[in-house]
Amino acid sequence: MITLQSVITLAYYALTAGAAALLVYNFVKAKSWEREVLYLIVLVPFLLRVFRLK
Amino acid sequence: MTRTDLTRKLLFGALAAAFLAVAGRSFYDHRHLREPVVLGPGVTRVTTLSEYNPTIRGTANDANIYVLEGKEPGGTAFVFGGTHAEEPAGRLAAWLLVEHATLERGRLIVALSANRSASTVTRPSAAYPATYTIPTAWGGQTFRMGDRFTNPLDQWPDPEVFIHYPSGQYLAYVDVRNLNRAFPGRANGSLTERTTYAFMELIRREKVDVAIDLHEAELQYPVINTIVTHQKGQELATMISMTLTDLEGFNIGTEFSPRNLHGLTHREIGDHSPAVSLLFEAPQPFLDATRGRTNADVLLSGQDEFVVKAGKKGLLFAPIDEKGWPIATRVGRHTSAVAQTLETWTEFNADRAIVAKNIPRYADLLKHGVGHFLRDPRQASQDRLAHE
Repeated sequence: MITLQSVITLAYYALTAGAAALLVYNFVKAKSWEREVLYLIVLVPFLLRVFRLK
Repeated sequence: MTRTDLTRKLLFGALAAAFLAVAGRSFYDHRHLREPVVLGPGVTRVTTLSEYNPTIRGTANDANIYVLEGKEPGGTAFVFGGTHAEEPAGRLAAWLLVEHATLERGRLIVALSANRSASTVTRPSAAYPATYTIPTAWGGQTFRMGDRFTNPLDQWPDPEVFIHYPSGQYLAYVDVRNLNRAFPGRANGSLTERTTYAFMELIRREKVDVAIDLHEAELQYPVINTIVTHQKGQELATMISMTLTDLEGFNIGTEFSPRNLHGLTHREIGDHSPAVSLLFEAPQPFLDATRGRTNADVLLSGQDEFVVKAGKKGLLFAPIDEKGWPIATRVGRHTSAVAQTLETWTEFNADRAIVAKNIPRYADLLKHGVGHFLRDPRQASQDRLAHE
């Protein structure tokens, strides 16, 4: 059961990292400054989780 | 992409990186703050919780366990603070036991950070202070402010519904990380369940006679200023309540643990071990939803004008005025209740007596404050120093 939980947790971290990568991609491709700010604000909590800070 | 676009993106990216670094540093410092504990003369052994369940070794919840032994044999009491790490009076009361209590008969086992992981994070969106400092004559000691729940960095994700083991009762999803909903736990469950299983093993292996869980509650919560007891402890709790109310000058009631509400210490420890289980609740206005500013001053002073206003409108289950509920009052209620429990237990069970001395009591806390009883770690030798 501990192993199963570890696998699920790792999968969630992979999803979080994937979402963060998509946000970075969208930030680079964004045409307006409002969109850029929006993507960065949303990105911060994803990175804090991926880096295991929050 | 034009040169202007590139410059703007680099500028915004640098700003976001700066925000990330500042926030990340703050969260890292909070999670890794080491709190010194000076081992009092009564402490004969310090072990860790993983001794009772090796699967938590190396995790955030491998908490210190302090053992105070008397020269004469007797019974064993187990006191734990920090089940809910956002309720500091429980941790601080246990702290004073470790730094001051001595045992003449029997044993006292103490955990200061029952859910240590929960003490490394604060409630999301609640604006809690990361730390609070208790002033002392030697400068002050800083403690981690915590949360009610295990840190998501240590147990994540949460399920849609938390199915309590072994009862099968459905509980709120977030309670999967609530130590006081995860008893008696299981050896191979979530981190929170493995932690409660370790505590149950401690209680069973060390033949604990009475287990005491120290809490604080918001004044809008009906279970407050009370002792919640398993049915095995009804006589004990009632006598403690009457004696404290009569002799120490503060009111504390008695309530019985509901038989069908699972996961709580006062229910499951009593059901799954020979020990009598008690839970003490002190009032903490900081936790009330109607509070105003949420900072360390309010946490320690227990003063909040909005909670007072709620009281005047009859919305609270405990009294409050402008003086509030200072931390010394809340800690003193707990230390006196623990001391009285040991005395009453000994009166009822002479063959399993637990005789403790030098526990600071309610009047001592009111007179001198909490800081007076915190020992200066700089004056302690390394072999008499531990860290939470």
